Amino acid sequence: MSKIKPRGKVPKTASVDEIIEIKTLIRHPMHSGRMKDKDGKKIPKRIINKFLVKFNGKQVFGMDLEPSISTNPYIAFPFKAKKTGTFDFEWTDDNGDKYNMSRKMTVS
Amino acid sequence: MKQIKMKIISRRNVLYLLGGTTGSVLFSKYALSKPNLALNKIKEISKNAKVDEVDLFLDVPEIAENGNQVKVSFDIESPMTEEDFVKTVYILADGNPAPNVAKFSFTTDIGACSATTRMRLSKTQNIYLLAEYNNGNFAMTKSKVKVTIGGCGG
Repeated sequence: MSKIKPRGKVPKTASVDEIIEIKTLIRHPMHSGRMKDKDGKKIPKRIINKFLVKFNGKQVFGMDLEPSISTNPYIAFPFKAKKTGTFDFEWTDDNGDKYNMSRKMTVS
Repeated sequence: MKQIKMKIISRRNVLYLLGGTTGSVLFSKYALSKPNLALNKIKEISKNAKVDEVDLFLDVPEIAENGNQVKVSFDIESPMTEEDFVKTVYILADGNPAPNVAKFSFTTDIGACSATTRMRLSKTQNIYLLAEYNNGNFAMTKSKVKVTIGGCGG
């Protein structure tokens, strides 16, 4: 299985009150528990079930994912830039693993 | 004497109960396969409150050739201030094995209520968008997607 790797795109700079778009993608198989492998055996369910975004430590966006979300979940959402800060992204796996990523943004 | 009478009645009752339960199980199975799971879920989420069917912007393709990756995005007009903002947005699909697709939690820091993701669709079906406002009101919209190749595995 390929390594689980989060990726994200946040503009490095933004002006005050500008609504920016944040795009994230994580490489993850998202096994729904219904798919079968080559031998016809069911692959056990294993998905990313939670995605959280914090800005300067405060939660700003959250998403609960279900098995109906595609492989390599892509999530894009807006954000109103007000001040310089750091975004912390966190994905939670069914097996309890957490994948983290942070991005800085400068507001001028 | 009284005891014997009781026994007879209870045995009959047991039989009635058995017949009743099997009947109701069969019936409920039949009944559950019929109604729309997504609509039931909407009722469950909104706790039977009135859900207005309004024209929220839900962007899904009319025809999805591959059900494994169907782009879904929405944009709900809202000032996103402390007094008036969209708290939660649900995406539901009525033809998938499970109706839930995703739940988004918004805060006022976001500034606009929109998001994009990709989902799996097993067959041609309706996609529902349910928005919960901070004042407890609900609004929903739906859109039909034709799926050429299903994408839920199996």
